[in-house]
Amino acid sequence: MSKIKIAKSHSNRSGTRSSSTAPSLDMTPMVDLAFLLVTFFMLTAKFRNMEPIEADPPSSTSLTQLPEKVMLITIDTAGRAYFDISGRTVREKLINRMMVRYPGLKMTQEQIENFSKMGTFGQPVEMLPQYISGDDDIKNALDEVGKGIPLDSLNNQLGDWIQEGYYAFVDDATEQGLTREQLKEDGLRYAIKADANTEYAKVEKVIDVFREKQIFQFNMVTNLEGSDANADASLTAE
Amino acid sequence: MAEIVQGGGGKGGKKKAKKGSARIDMTPMVDLAFLLLTFFVLAATLAKPKAMEIIYPKEVDDKEDKTKLDDALATTLLLGEHENEVFYYTGAYKPDTTQLMLTDLSKDGFRKIMLDKNARVNDQVLQLKAKLESKEIDEATYEEAYKQVVGDKDAPFVVIKTVDETKFKNVISAMDELNICNVRKRAIQDMAETEAIAVRQRAAELDLKKK
Repeated sequence: MSKIKIAKSHSNRSGTRSSSTAPSLDMTPMVDLAFLLVTFFMLTAKFRNMEPIEADPPSSTSLTQLPEKVMLITIDTAGRAYFDISGRTVREKLINRMMVRYPGLKMTQEQIENFSKMGTFGQPVEMLPQYISGDDDIKNALDEVGKGIPLDSLNNQLGDWIQEGYYAFVDDATEQGLTREQLKEDGLRYAIKADANTEYAKVEKVIDVFREKQIFQFNMVTNLEGSDANADASLTAE
Repeated sequence: MAEIVQGGGGKGGKKKAKKGSARIDMTPMVDLAFLLLTFFVLAATLAKPKAMEIIYPKEVDDKEDKTKLDDALATTLLLGEHENEVFYYTGAYKPDTTQLMLTDLSKDGFRKIMLDKNARVNDQVLQLKAKLESKEIDEATYEEAYKQVVGDKDAPFVVIKTVDETKFKNVISAMDELNICNVRKRAIQDMAETEAIAVRQRAAELDLKKK
């Protein structure tokens, strides 16, 4: 157990040394605990990938967690759309599918590897190999001038990403031995993370792309509202 | 800098060498440990995104369904281009006669109005919650009953109408208010031109009054 050792006062005759030693504290248990916590947090921490854009979502009282298996479309204030899907193996299948759909898209094995590790991206298919191979400076420069993933009706790449993303996810799930019923319960979810100050019309454009693909249920990413967190309490008070 | 203080081994103190075992100054290590601890604690709690589920209707415009709903139960919330100016009206929109009422998306604004309108449903929901808490019903039964109560055909419904300039956060706060008020029958639509004009006129009127 922890003990606090305090140098006794001068009345202690035997100790000529006692006057020289300062009060000392056995720090060992505290240090043990600190390291235990450090280890815990280090092991449980999941590092997020660098995100090419800043999108500060609006706040709400919703307590639902963002699902694990998710296809995330991020929209910034300018209305640029960025795509992300969770799971390395899913991403690998996705990029292979996209290469079939876009014969112009050619990637080396290394680029495919990098793509599967990467997070959110917002580049048209034509720029993708260059973007993936580039270092951080090139990526930043490309993100700055980029217009996000094209989603207009003539060149609806976002729609293709969504569709192929879904198929890649299903392929991956069947490979892992999930049945259809399990997929219904625990399938791919679609999330939209838009900056609070984005015009709704721009968000709606992305939603319309989803609707074309017969997807109607979304998770809007929000921050938890601090002050209003106990909304139910106000209800009972009425 | 970190120093390792070791007892003995030297020329001088033979007496100390016998008593003290090897001691290490742990202060820097502890400092580092706490620094890391602080970092991970802060980083961990900050990255917790929440999500609000929104289900959109299959067809962009299915008029058949709309006509089935009773106009008396309808409330329309008009989210204009200004963040803090939100209007609403009840029933169907009739040019000239429909009066737009000013409200806001704060706790005392639209929420009060909807809690009032939806009082019957809210009472039922509260009863259900009480039953759930006293373990009279389990989670699954609660969910089922909740769905029935909020989906009741006499429950009020809300149409949120937006213009191109409406901010995303306004739409989300409006949806959030509806969640709090247990209004589950709702839709998001584009504002009709007549309504947009009416909103602008009303806003101008109110501006005049202020001055």
